[in-house]
Amino acid sequence: MAVQIPTEGATAAAPAFELKASSFTLPVIRLLSLDMDTVETQLEAKVDQAPGFFRNTPVVIDLSELAQEKGNVGFPHLVGLLRGLGMIPVGVRGGGAAQNDAARAMELAILGDNGRSGRQHAEAPQQSGAEPPMGDTHGDHPPVSVLVDRPVRSGQRLYAAGGDLTIVGPVSSGAELMADGNIHVYGPLRGRVIAGLKGDIGARIFCRSLEAELVSVAGHYRVSENIPTDLKRRSVQVFLDHEVLRIEPLG
Amino acid sequence: MARIIVITSGKGGVGKTTTAAAMAMGLAQRGHRTVVIDFDVGLRNLDLIMGCERRVVFDFVNVINGEANLNQALIRDKRCDSLYVLPASQTRDKDALTQEGVGQVLEELGKGYDYIVCDSPAGIEHGATMAMYFADDAVVVTNPEVSSVRDSDRMLGILASKSRRAEAGEEPIKEHLLLTRYSAERVQRGEMLSVEDVQEILSLNLIGVIPESQAVLNASNAGIPVVLDTDSNAGKAYNDMVARYLGGDVPMRFLDAEKKGIFSRLFGG
Repeated sequence: MAVQIPTEGATAAAPAFELKASSFTLPVIRLLSLDMDTVETQLEAKVDQAPGFFRNTPVVIDLSELAQEKGNVGFPHLVGLLRGLGMIPVGVRGGGAAQNDAARAMELAILGDNGRSGRQHAEAPQQSGAEPPMGDTHGDHPPVSVLVDRPVRSGQRLYAAGGDLTIVGPVSSGAELMADGNIHVYGPLRGRVIAGLKGDIGARIFCRSLEAELVSVAGHYRVSENIPTDLKRRSVQVFLDHEVLRIEPLG
Repeated sequence: MARIIVITSGKGGVGKTTTAAAMAMGLAQRGHRTVVIDFDVGLRNLDLIMGCERRVVFDFVNVINGEANLNQALIRDKRCDSLYVLPASQTRDKDALTQEGVGQVLEELGKGYDYIVCDSPAGIEHGATMAMYFADDAVVVTNPEVSSVRDSDRMLGILASKSRRAEAGEEPIKEHLLLTRYSAERVQRGEMLSVEDVQEILSLNLIGVIPESQAVLNASNAGIPVVLDTDSNAGKAYNDMVARYLGGDVPMRFLDAEKKGIFSRLFGG
């Protein structure tokens, strides 16, 4: 039984808050090097490719590759660097005891391991040194393409994780399509489409009749109001060209 | 087993109950044993439209709770021997409908009837999802205006994902589009979406177009399903719809604005 705490004036105080659990999908930056200058150069290049994607985005720093390292991670530098690029570092995971202490000192949360660190270690050798030290979320699951051959109705959401999404049918206004790769729609496209959800700037949207409420590639978006009328109801492709979202007629 | 038909829409006030009553009466008149169930617990109306509101003793929720058996709750229509009405409770709320309870009632009814017509409440919440969960066919009632069309589209999405057939991976619910309150004159003036517009948005098999008609309101007030008013355009259109549902090849009527003479203007169509 709950204990009734007497409150002055109010006999039945309305609850001022609720405590709830909720899960969020956050980008993870898996550090592969302790050299913060290299990290900075490569991270800046990555962010330049999709500035909209990183703006005010909470990120988690994954230290599992560096847990055995003796060197100092240099959290003040790293946190300053991430904030400077518009990200909000919220916590670390997979670090050693000393690294966790250093992270705590910077008021970063220590997040639990998700039990996949073994698998991540196994994948690590495949990451070439030329790759930016970004947590490559594509690696979490093999690229899967999704094909849907019925209408996508208002209120329905479809997500192709790690691959392309193809719809052979109409996409209604109020429906939402998301894919880490490209999106193809062969019926009239009236809903919202987000290609390159995880920041793939090479992703494209192809459709037979553009009537979409919103089109987005790697964080760059355009709402219906800003789509030129002469492109509406036409066969088009939507892609990023030097950080500019372009809509070009096909054929 | 009976075929279960849900009459649904998402939006309220588009003519679900009128359609449920007309469809049930139309099927029964053609000799099929039919029962029509009001799922709108707390806001029941079907009994009024069917003209049996003064004969309600037990209701759907009583049956689910085991307080009455089906035969006690079913009301036989006075105009047609093969039609029965299972009224909703006005004093409970929709949470009284449990999936298990609804399933049991439908299964029991399925043994003695050819068609079970479920009149869904508006909205996409519990009552509406209960009405459509066990359905084999769905008639999506839509008015030719954008908000109704969008709500119908949302409902179609729910039909495709949250029904028993969808969950069991069986053949999906057969969906039919019924346009109601259609006014050819207003379409001509560009004030209303045309049949083609709606079909283009919903891409769905059109089962009928019911013209806007005073006869519908008159029939509701009198407690007579409008399908019995065979002189009215709405009654004729509902009869066509039932015939099409049963596989008949009936051409669509009342799609074009007619040039009205002074008498038909005065006395209605």
